[in-house]
Amino acid sequence: MNKLIRLIPLILFIALGAVLYRGLSLNPQELPSALIDKKMPSFELTQLLNPEVTLTEQDLKGQIVLLNVWGTWCVYCKYEHPYLVDIAKGGRVSLYGLNYKDDRADATQWLSDYENPYIFSIFDDLGKLGIELGVTAAPETFVIDQAGVIRMKHVGPIDAKVWKDKFLPLIEILEKENQGIS
Amino acid sequence: MNRLVIFIASIIFAFNVSAFTSDTYTFDDEVTQIRYNALVKELRCPKCQNQNLADSNSPIAADLRREVYELLQLNKSDGEIVDFMVERYGEFVLYRPKFSALTYILWFGPAILLFIGVVIVMFVLKNSAKKKQPQQLSTAQKNKLEQILKDK
Repeated sequence: MNKLIRLIPLILFIALGAVLYRGLSLNPQELPSALIDKKMPSFELTQLLNPEVTLTEQDLKGQIVLLNVWGTWCVYCKYEHPYLVDIAKGGRVSLYGLNYKDDRADATQWLSDYENPYIFSIFDDLGKLGIELGVTAAPETFVIDQAGVIRMKHVGPIDAKVWKDKFLPLIEILEKENQGIS
Repeated sequence: MNRLVIFIASIIFAFNVSAFTSDTYTFDDEVTQIRYNALVKELRCPKCQNQNLADSNSPIAADLRREVYELLQLNKSDGEIVDFMVERYGEFVLYRPKFSALTYILWFGPAILLFIGVVIVMFVLKNSAKKKQPQQLSTAQKNKLEQILKDK
């Protein structure tokens, strides 16, 4: 009994060490999104390339929807751009853009200078939809399922590793769910 | 000496200026202004995580300040505004987390640890006090002691 009591400080120390170690290895920028498993918030904004066209959440339709938050002011958006082009060509998902806190002329220029991977981009110059989505910066990417429910939020750029480790497993699950429905 | 005073005063002044954010909102009444100031101090900037909305210069903090202002203009209560932020950015935006199953340990953890500490200290003190107590002699030993003293 006495021996056991003597071991308690050691056990407490190891437990505390484990908790603190885990805390250090987490990325503090990666917040759990409050919107997972909630419906895509409703909005009414114009299309980036066609200011006359008004978009709502009803327009985000496709097989599996990826909504990518981007801006010309965002360095990592340039970094992830080639991967987005690949993803769009892959055809497994419908890729939409959310042009976040940007200038319409700059953004239009950006899309013609580089390739436009998006079916269309929503123009959110005031960041109103960004706030509805809990966006903190760009790039961020949301995965929305057939029913219009947000299933995942990825903060930071997409590259080959992120795509394989984080997006593909979820996409496979969603594809199975879709087959179940149809 | 005079120069030194001016130097120190200018430093203090510079720091004071930097504490103000660039956007200025006009309020209909003083109470709303006070509520606004309290809310932007209470809400954490989701990007620059060790600052509140009032202190941060990041674009998202400016947007959220505008959002707080607009919600106040719509006559929303403080609770509704806080709920609005939590719905979008999670519990994280609150410097003082709400009571929930997830945050019990944050609220009660320190008190529980203090209680455990006090119990351990009391346990240790009691144990050492026990050791210091003079040992009682058995009846046979007492008799023997008396015998020896008598013999002297």
